[in-house]
Amino acid sequence: MTPVPPVTPVPGSSTGSAAPVPSLEVAGLAFAYPDGHQALFGVDFTVGRGERVALLGPNGAGKTTLVLHLNGILTAGAGTVTVAGLPVGRQHMAEIRRKVGIVFQDPDDQLFMPSVREDVAFGPASAGLRGPELEARVRTALEQVGMAAFADRPPHHLSFGQRRRVAVATVLAMEPEILVLDEPSSNLDPASRRELADILRSLDVTVLMVTHDLPYALELCPRALILSEGVIAADGRTGELLSDDDLMREHRLELPFGFDPRSVTMGA
Amino acid sequence: MGAGHAHRLYRPGHSPVHALPPHTKLAAVLAFVLVVVSTPREAMWAFGLYALLLAAVAYAARVPAGSVLKRLLVEVPFVAFAVLMPFVAQGERVDVLGLSLSVNGLWGAWNVLAKGTLGVAASVLLASTTELRELLLGLQRLRLPPLLVQIASFMIRYGDVIADEMRRMRIARESRGFEARGVRSWGVLAKSAGALFIRSYERGERVHLAMVSRGYTGSMPVIDEMTASRAQWSYAFALPAAALVVCLLGWTL
Repeated sequence: MTPVPPVTPVPGSSTGSAAPVPSLEVAGLAFAYPDGHQALFGVDFTVGRGERVALLGPNGAGKTTLVLHLNGILTAGAGTVTVAGLPVGRQHMAEIRRKVGIVFQDPDDQLFMPSVREDVAFGPASAGLRGPELEARVRTALEQVGMAAFADRPPHHLSFGQRRRVAVATVLAMEPEILVLDEPSSNLDPASRRELADILRSLDVTVLMVTHDLPYALELCPRALILSEGVIAADGRTGELLSDDDLMREHRLELPFGFDPRSVTMGA
Repeated sequence: MGAGHAHRLYRPGHSPVHALPPHTKLAAVLAFVLVVVSTPREAMWAFGLYALLLAAVAYAARVPAGSVLKRLLVEVPFVAFAVLMPFVAQGERVDVLGLSLSVNGLWGAWNVLAKGTLGVAASVLLASTTELRELLLGLQRLRLPPLLVQIASFMIRYGDVIADEMRRMRIARESRGFEARGVRSWGVLAKSAGALFIRSYERGERVHLAMVSRGYTGSMPVIDEMTASRAQWSYAFALPAAALVVCLLGWTL
């Protein structure tokens, strides 16, 4: 097993010395599919409130399996997941699903209602919100992603980038504790990619971004985790992890041609 | 993608008929059709009056006659059956233009044709003035089983997605030199259909996952509360009420 680098506290995120309840705490999480294939072998990590963390890993590392544990779609074989102090389990499933907003990879799966407005309203309405309060929630979420003008459109008439943004809004409308994005940059053209990055940066919410788009992770997330063969193989500052050639090679992570994380200076 | 923003039958507009809540319109059309089918077939003038009533609705909804007539063509396959009736029905016969036709069959054909056409015309008017999404909300409001409404709603949402997938599969087939010609290509087409089914099924699972993640527990939340005032109900029911008067006259005269 790879030695895990010490967790360096990342400045600019949850600097409060009083150590508030972290948004997400995963401890000893292990899971095997019913067919016997074990995907997770004891995953441990913590995401502090307001942090933006990238979860990196090659295909088949167990990233999606891990994501499905965060809101209780899959139930851990061993270990625990805690969201803002609330353990994920049968008894508060509704609360957990409201707190963990997952944006799935294909917006066509995420957007299932006949109009954008209804889709964004689905989550809060399921939680019991009605009338003007619901309207306000929908409007705010759509404004946060710059899609307020498209409220009455059917989702399948939007461009892919727009659909991805609406998918983010559907989750934001639930005012989640933590936003979990599964491959947020996949299939986006460079302009849509940048627009989404701007939106994600502008949000005041904890983000866990699952991706193998390494430059995007570096751009958005000060901290990164590497999930490899079902365990967290590394946890540290994104720039440092990406610059560690041996670590990268060991976990089948590769930077795009010509990209040097050392030469990138992060704004703000 | 790129098919209009609404379904093809809908004609956007701001007429008083467009503005009515969808469930009042649905109920009114259903009532109208029930009244029409319970009219005796011998009262031919009554069906003329019904047609006039519908023409008045079309006028109020600013739906041009041409578009209603064109959409009535959907009825043609069903009419074929009505045309056969005078030839095959039993009983007393009458000679028309040298053809021996059954009197009973003629009445039967007239009955099917008149009532069918009126029903289709009423539905066409409903579809021309109500958006699909609204129709679904209306059905939901009228307490149609929620599962049926959900299925219909997903059909509308994913129809384009699946059609698009089908188109991509066709392009992929043709790009590799496949031409759908003759019986021998059926196997390939059948396999494509199977693949499409499995893809759609898997998409269904992913959609369900996304729904559950946002708090779905088996029933769709009510997002748009729909209410209709007494005035709107009475306005919508002006059509079936007028038809009922005609129907009663048809029975008594």
